Parts: sequence; C-alpha cells; structure tokens
Amino acid sequence: MSAVRTFVDLLAARRAPATLLARDWDGVIGVARSEAMLATLAYRLVDADVPRAVAALFADQRAAAKVAQAQALWEAEMARRALAPAGIEFVLLKGAAYAAADMACAAGRQIGDLDILVLASDIRRAENLLLKAGWEWVKSDPYDDAYYREHMHELPPMIHKVRDRMIDVHHTILPRTHRITPDALALMSDAVKSGSGYAVLNPADMACHCAAHMLADGDLQGGLRNLWDFHMMTREFALADAGYWGKLDARADLHGLRAPVHRAARLARDLYGAELPGEWDRQDPADAWFRRRLLARDDWGRVTDPLLEQAFYIRSHWLRMPPAMLARHLWTKWRKR
Amino acid sequence: MRHSTRIAVGPVQFRIGSDWAEPIAALDRLYAGYPCDDARPADATVRLFAARPWRRRLRPSVHIGGDFIVPDALPLPLSMGLLAAEMGMNLQVALGWRRHMLLHASAVAKDGRALIMSGESGSGKSTLAALLGEKGGEGDWRLMGDEFTLIDPAAGDAFAFPRAVSLKNDAIAEVAAHVDPVRLGPLLAATPKGDIRHLIPRASAIAAMHEPARPALLLFPRFGGETAIEPMGEGEAFVRLTEASTNYVALGEAGFAALTRLVRETPAFGISYPDSATGIALVEQLWAETAR
Repeated sequence: MSAVRTFVDLLAARRAPATLLARDWDGVIGVARSEAMLATLAYRLVDADVPRAVAALFADQRAAAKVAQAQALWEAEMARRALAPAGIEFVLLKGAAYAAADMACAAGRQIGDLDILVLASDIRRAENLLLKAGWEWVKSDPYDDAYYREHMHELPPMIHKVRDRMIDVHHTILPRTHRITPDALALMSDAVKSGSGYAVLNPADMACHCAAHMLADGDLQGGLRNLWDFHMMTREFALADAGYWGKLDARADLHGLRAPVHRAARLARDLYGAELPGEWDRQDPADAWFRRRLLARDDWGRVTDPLLEQAFYIRSHWLRMPPAMLARHLWTKWRKR
Repeated sequence: MRHSTRIAVGPVQFRIGSDWAEPIAALDRLYAGYPCDDARPADATVRLFAARPWRRRLRPSVHIGGDFIVPDALPLPLSMGLLAAEMGMNLQVALGWRRHMLLHASAVAKDGRALIMSGESGSGKSTLAALLGEKGGEGDWRLMGDEFTLIDPAAGDAFAFPRAVSLKNDAIAEVAAHVDPVRLGPLLAATPKGDIRHLIPRASAIAAMHEPARPALLLFPRFGGETAIEPMGEGEAFVRLTEASTNYVALGEAGFAALTRLVRETPAFGISYPDSATGIALVEQLWAETAR
C-alpha cells in the first residue's frame, strides 16, 4: 500500500499503527511532512503503539506545534492591538481561528500567515493602521500590487518588520473576479465570539470558507490538510448541534458555495470516513479526479502526477477570473518572466 | 527514488534518495563506519533529483530537496553530488529538528565537558575542531561536530552531530597532513563554497556520538589578525548565539531558557589568531585556565 494511503488510513483510524512495518514509517512521515501534517498525525497517534524513534519524533512535533500556535495567537493579539483602538473589528480565519476557538482540528495544525477578515469599508483604514504598527508590504512589483487591490479578496500580503510574520487582510473569502460571490457582509455580521475572545466565523460559515478555500480557490496544494480541517470541524459541529448539516446547507446556498461544500463533505467521507446525512451522501463521478489529486504523492513525498497537478492549477485560475481577463493576466505574467 | 541510503548522525536518522548512483556511493563510503539500524524509521528525508528527466544524463545537475526545500536554490553539477548531499542533510536538520536547540557551531569534548566554537564561515571553527579532534592519542579530544552542536533544552547538555567534517580550501592540506588518507573523501574542487574535502571523524568519536557533554567553554574564533583574547559578556554571547541558532525562535520559551542558561553557566571568549597552531594553543590555554 502506498504511503499516502497509509497516512490517510492512520488519520481516519482505519488502520492500527502497530500493523505498520518499521520501514513503512519512512513514507508515512515523508508524506505527512510534505502535507505539513506531521504534528497533526503526532496528535492523532498520541497514545498509539508506534516505534520508539517515531514516538520521540511525534513528541518533538507536538511540543513544536504548541509553541507555534502560541506564536500564531500572539500575532492575532498584535493585530488586535493595532486595529481595536480605531474601532475596527476583525474575524480570525483558518488556522488562527481554529486555535483561538480550541477546535479539534487545531491539534498540531500548522499555522502560516495570520488571516483576518474585515469589512470592505474598513480595509483602507486597516491597512494604514497595520503599516503604522510595523507591518510592511512584501510585493514590490506594481502589477502584483495593483492586481491584488483590483481583483483579489485580500490586500497584498504584509510582513511585520520585527517579528517577520505575514498577515493577510481579507474583505471577502474568494477573489472579486471569481464566478462565485459569497456574502461577505453576512460572514462578518454573523461571526461569533470564540472562547479566547476573538471573533471567528460561525460554524456553518467556517465550513463554507474551508471548502471554498480548498475547492473553489486553490489548486488543491495542501488539500489533505484543508480536507482534514473540514472533516474535523463538521464532525465537531454536528456532534454539538443535530441540525448542523441543514444549517450548513442553507448557509452554503446563501454564499453560492453549495457545490464545493458538498464535494468537500463527500471527499471527507471517502478519505477520512466522515458520516454524512442521507441527502449529502451521494456519488459524483468527478470526485475521483479530486481524490486522485489529493493522493498524488509517492513514498518520498513527491507529487506523482505533474499533469494532474497542472490541470488543477489551470482550473484554479479558470474559476478565479473570466477568460479574457485570465488571458491578459497570463500574458502580463509571462512577459515579466 | 532509484538510489538511496540511510545514515544516522548523532540523534538524527536520515533517509537519502538520489536520481544518481554516484552521490549515494560516495556517502556510503564516507559513512561506512557509522552505526546503522535499518529498522529505525527516518527522522529526515533528503532528495537529490534532476529537475527534468533528461537532466539525469544530459548535463546532469543535482537539485537539493527533501522534507524542506529552499525555493530557487541553484543546483550543483553531478561531480559535486556529495556537497549537495551534505547541504541537503544540513538543510533538513536546520529547518526540521526540534528536539534540541541547534547551534551553528563546532564542538569537541574532553572528560564529559564540551568546548563549543561558534563563528561565521571562514572563522576557522571547523578547522580548529578537526585539528583538536586529531590531536594526541585516542582519549584526548573527542570531535563532536564541525557544523551543528545540539543543546538539550531540559538538561542543558551538549549533544554531538559528528557528520563527516567539511574541510575547505587551505584547511584541507593542513588537516590532511595529520590523518590517514583513507579517512579523506574525494577532493571537490572549485565548488560554490571553494575547494572541499571531507574528513571521516575518528572511530572513537563516532562510537561516542550519543554521549552528552556538559558545556564548559564557549569560544568565538576569528581567523587572521593579531593574537587576542577578549572575554565576552553574557549578553553578547547570547545575541551571537541567537544568530547562530536555526531554531531558537521556533523553540519559543524553551529556547530562551536553554540559551540563557548556556551563557550564564559557560565562560565565553572571542579569540583572534593568525594561524592554526596559535589558535590551538589559545584554545588549550583557555581550556586549562577557565573552562568550568
């Protein structure tokens, strides 16, 4: 069995770690690292019967993830100190939100940049306040800068000059030019307070954003991790609220995200063994391509199917912008090479 | 991958894969005397690969990858495959290892106590460590490593990472004069880091690679210029070592505690020396007079 399959089976608890041969761990660890999920696996198998060397590596990973999450939440606090005095409210997105809300998917989850969502009407002020508080622009290219401002769902990325940490300030969750336009105002106004005091998206919106980010925006890089987030959060929310799946349906409709949300749920079922309610539990032949893309890694952590990877990359651009604009964008980018 | 090998250096078990046989054969020769537990899963993966399939044979160039990748890093010609492997191993440790605080420093040990030398490339820290490691009979100095010294955050002990020593430029002839030629790797001439030749550490240093040593002296050598010894305050040593550590920030509070303790408990000096013989004499003098 391939390492990526074994890795997914271990996460889904379909396979007992004790049944792995010592050498199987090489590939599993390699794949987990490639997917930035080694600490996630380490938490998943915290009490499991694994070889001594693996147990030691897992302990390192759990300790490192704890420090990294504390550092990520510190960035959230820094953003709060920059924005709150001016009355700008923001909602934490993705990894920082999961950690702030102490969700199951946060255990070991790598958090890269700090992603926050603000009202579109606040975005200029937010940018100015962050610049004053020590963040600076990363992109020096005027085309890239203009591209972000005109067409994207976020400001050009900024990095803090002392702490060297990036912040992405969003005003919605999909590019402006995307075929789908989620209701950004509803995302903001219906956000909820997490236990740590930060605002996060409400449970249905959070899953909508996760699915949109994975299936409607990106090219499925890091897809196994995003799918794991989706799987763990929907499971957690459904356990706490029997009506969750219905609410998710309604909210996905509101944002125009029914297709990606349903596909994410089916993929979570196929790969991680999610249990879905009847009306979600369908089959779609096209899912096979997504599964293939998600599992396209060999035992050395390399992408095994470059053509499929390329196809998903092109797809992500196709969804992001209308054809004429895509042509113009690619032409400009190509001339800059 | 087509070719692969497994190497354990200190606490790190590597798995190294390559599109070519040559770098693996060269590694296997350098690391033949290292302990090898085939059943032990790898902590870190290094990949040496051709960016396009035809570049395996046509002007073969070796890209360095693995668990961690430096984007836009330039590939090396196949003749420098061993250097590519060394850089790949360093990269995975520098970016991936979390069990210890990593210091970009060489170290030698005597009687369970460690002398740690930190400095930029060209400071002579590797050469001094290599020469000390070859000095006298067995049982004198033990080479702990020429690239990384690992500090256990809980106990404060230093752990060895005795990879094959990477001798550069003038240091090659200087060290080669003291050692059996079978312990030297092939000469890699005119690499981006200058001429390089690897030295296999003494068997006793490899056999003792899991033994901790108590940090006893911190030196910041500078090769060239007048002979000088300058005592260094805790603050300066601390700042220099934060810059010399690849995972100080990632370790958070544990890293801060480990480093604070290291500079508080260990005397530190900057030393300048015009040649290696003087350098060795300075080190021995400071060790005798000040080492804890």
